[in-house]
Amino acid sequence: MIQQASLTWLAGHELRLGWRDWVSLITAGGRTRARTAFVALVCIAIFMHVFAYWTVATFANASLTSDAAALVGITGTLFLSWSLLLSQAMESVTRAFYSRSDLDLILTSPASARKVFAVRMGRIATAAVAIAVLLAAPFINVLAALGGGRWLSAYGVVIAMGAVATSAALALTIALFRTIGAKRTRLIAQIVAAVIGAAFVIGLQIAAIFSAGNLSRYTALQSDWMLQHAPDTTSAFWWPARAVLGDYVALAAVVIFAVAMLGLAIAVFSRRFGEHSIAAAGVSSAAVRQRRWGLAFRRRSSARTLRQKEWTLLRRDPWLVSQSLMQILYLLPPALLLWVTFRSGHDAFVVLIPVIVMAAGQLAGGLAWLTISGEDAPDLVSTAPIATNRIFLAKIEAVIGMVALIFAPLVAFLAFDDLFAATVCGLGILSAAAAATMIQLCFRIQARRSHFRRRQTSSRIATFAEAFSSIAWAATSALAAAGSWQAIGPAIVAFGILASVWLVSPSRR
Amino acid sequence: MTGSNRSTALALRGVSKSFDRLAVDALDLTIYGGEFYALVGPNGAGKTTTLRMVVGLLKPDAGSIHIGGIDALSDPVAAKQITAWLSDEPMIYDKLTPYEYLEFVAGLWRIEPAVAQARARELIGWLGLKPHAHERCEGFSRGMRQKVALAGALVHDPKLIILDEPLTGLDAGTARQVKDVLRARVREGGTVIMTTHILEVAERMADRIGVIARGRLIAEGTLDDLRRQTGKTATSLEDTFLTLVAEQAAA
Repeated sequence: MIQQASLTWLAGHELRLGWRDWVSLITAGGRTRARTAFVALVCIAIFMHVFAYWTVATFANASLTSDAAALVGITGTLFLSWSLLLSQAMESVTRAFYSRSDLDLILTSPASARKVFAVRMGRIATAAVAIAVLLAAPFINVLAALGGGRWLSAYGVVIAMGAVATSAALALTIALFRTIGAKRTRLIAQIVAAVIGAAFVIGLQIAAIFSAGNLSRYTALQSDWMLQHAPDTTSAFWWPARAVLGDYVALAAVVIFAVAMLGLAIAVFSRRFGEHSIAAAGVSSAAVRQRRWGLAFRRRSSARTLRQKEWTLLRRDPWLVSQSLMQILYLLPPALLLWVTFRSGHDAFVVLIPVIVMAAGQLAGGLAWLTISGEDAPDLVSTAPIATNRIFLAKIEAVIGMVALIFAPLVAFLAFDDLFAATVCGLGILSAAAAATMIQLCFRIQARRSHFRRRQTSSRIATFAEAFSSIAWAATSALAAAGSWQAIGPAIVAFGILASVWLVSPSRR
Repeated sequence: MTGSNRSTALALRGVSKSFDRLAVDALDLTIYGGEFYALVGPNGAGKTTTLRMVVGLLKPDAGSIHIGGIDALSDPVAAKQITAWLSDEPMIYDKLTPYEYLEFVAGLWRIEPAVAQARARELIGWLGLKPHAHERCEGFSRGMRQKVALAGALVHDPKLIILDEPLTGLDAGTARQVKDVLRARVREGGTVIMTTHILEVAERMADRIGVIARGRLIAEGTLDDLRRQTGKTATSLEDTFLTLVAEQAAA
C-alpha cells in the first residue's frame, strides 16, 4: 500500500494525469477515435523510419574513432535538438507556473508543496525525455539495424539531453521570475523559449548564407572555419557525440551528469516553484488602464467595427502576437538571403518565394483560428443584426489585412529586383492565406483565445489540410516564379484540398 | 394582467427542437410588450434552448417565431435589431475596456455614435462601472463582467431583452443593481424575458410566470393563476412550482 501524499503516491497521480492528457492529445478528446489514432501513429512511425533510412543510413557504419568533421556534425545536430528541447521545456515550466487548474487545491492541502512540485518537475522532465525519445527513435533504430547495437547508446544520450534541457529550463525560468517578476515572466519566458528554439537553426542558416549563399545549416557546421576552431578530438566536449557513436564510458559520464543536474535542479527549485506559483496567481487581478480611444464614439460600418475589434484584441495581447509572429522569425534567413541575392544579382527567388508563401499560409491559419474560433463573445456577435456571411467576411478581411501588412515589405523589396517574382509571391501569399482562412472557417469551433496553442489538437484534418494547402501554394508559387507551366499541378492539388475540406467540414453538416 | 389589448412582443407557435432527445416540444408562447416574463423549470426542461432559438443562436426544427411582429426566421437581421441577449456566462472581451466594449456593441447595432455614447455613459454610471470604465475587463470579477455584458445588452435600446439566468453567481448588491435596471426597462415600456432558478426573484419581479417542463409550457400566468391551477392557495411559488412539475412528471 502506497502511503498517501508520499512522493510515490503523488508521482502516480501525475503519471495518470499525464497519460490521460496524452491520450486526449492523440485522440483529440474522442474515445471512439482511439483505433484511428493508433493506425495513424503506426503509419507515422513507418513513415518516420523510411525518412530516417533516407537521411541517416549512410552514417550507420561510422567508426568510433571518427574525425573532427563527424564529431562536429553530430555535436551540432545534438545541440540543435537540445535547443528545441530546451524551448519545449521552458514552455512547460512556464505553463506549470501559470496554470491554475489544481494549484489552489494543492497549495491549500496539508500535503508538502515541495514534494508536489518536485513530482511536477519530474513530470515535465519525463515529458521532455519522452518527446525527445519519440522523435529520435526512428533514426536510432535505423542506425542500430544497419550499423549494430552500439547505436542504441544514443537513446541514453537523448534521455540525458531531455534531463539537462529540463534542468536548464527550470533555472532559466526561475531566474526570469527573480529578475523581471511574475507579471512579465509569462510573456518573456515564452518569447525566450521560442527564440532559443529558433536561434540555433537561424544562426546556422545565416552563417550558411554568408559562407555559401544557401540555406543549408550543415554547410556552416562543415565549414573550414568551424573545423579549425573546434576543440581537439580527445576533448570532453565531444563526449555526447562519442556516446552516440557507442563509447560506453562517455555515455556513462553524460548520463550521470544529466541525472545529477536534474536532481540538483529539482532539489533546489522545488521550494521556489511554490512561491513563484503563488506570485503568478496574483498577476491576473492586476488592472490595466487603457488610454481612451477618443472622447467620442466613432461612426463605422458593422464590418469595420468587427475588423477593428479583431486588430485591437490581437494588438493588446502580446502573448498571442508573439505566438503568431514567431513564425515570422523563420523568415529572417530567407529575407537575408533575399538581401544577399539582391546585392550579388543572383536569382534565388525560386528558393525564397515558397518559404515566404508557406509562412504566410501558416500565419493566416493561426490568425484565422483566433478571429473565427477564438471569438470570446460568440453570442454577442451572432445575435447582432448582421448577416452571418457578412460577419465571416469581415473576419476574413481582418486576417488577410494582417497578413498583407506583415508581408508587404518583403514583397515590395522583391519588386525592386523582379516585378514578376514579386507579383507571383504576392498572389501566392494571398492564395495561401485565403485557403488557410477558408479551412479554419470550415472547421470552426467555439474556443477560448487562450487555448490558441491547443488549436492543432482540436481538428487533425484542419491541421493537416492547412499544412498541405500551404505546401501546395508554396510549390505553385515557386514553379510559377520559375516560369514553369507545371505550376498548374500543385495549384490543382491546392484547390482539391479546399474542396475536400469543404466536403468533410462539420460546419457544412 | 392580461395582454388582450397590448402589442405582442414575442410569439412562438409550435416551436420544436431536438438534439439527441426532444428538447422543445411544439411550444406555444406569447409575451406582451411592457411585460416582465419569467420562464422557470427544472434543469434540462428546455428553457435555454427555447430562448436561444428566439435570439437566433439555434434554428428550430419546426414552428414560427415572431419578435415585435417580425418573422425572426425569415428576417433574422430585422428581428435582432430590436432584441438583446444576455447569457448566464458573461461573454465579453478581456482586452477591451467597458467603454470600448459598448462602442463595439453600438457599432454592431449601427447606433448613432452620439446617442450610443450618451447611453453608454448613463449605463456605466447606473451600473457603478464609472471607476473602471477605462480599465481592461481581464481583471474584473464575475459580477462586474455581468454588469458590462448587461450594459452591452442595453446600449442599443432593445425592445425585447432576453436573459438566461442573469443573477447566477452575483452578490446581493450587484443582483439588486441588475434587477433595478431591468425593472426600469419594463417601466419605460421594454419587454424582459428571464429564465431563473431563483423562484423568489420570479415571484417578486415577474408580471407573468411560465413553467416549462420536458419542452412544454405546463402552466402560465400570475402567481395567483398558478396557485389556482394547483388548487392550493397561499403557497409560495416554490411549492406551486414543485407541485406543477411533480404533476407533469407523473402524467
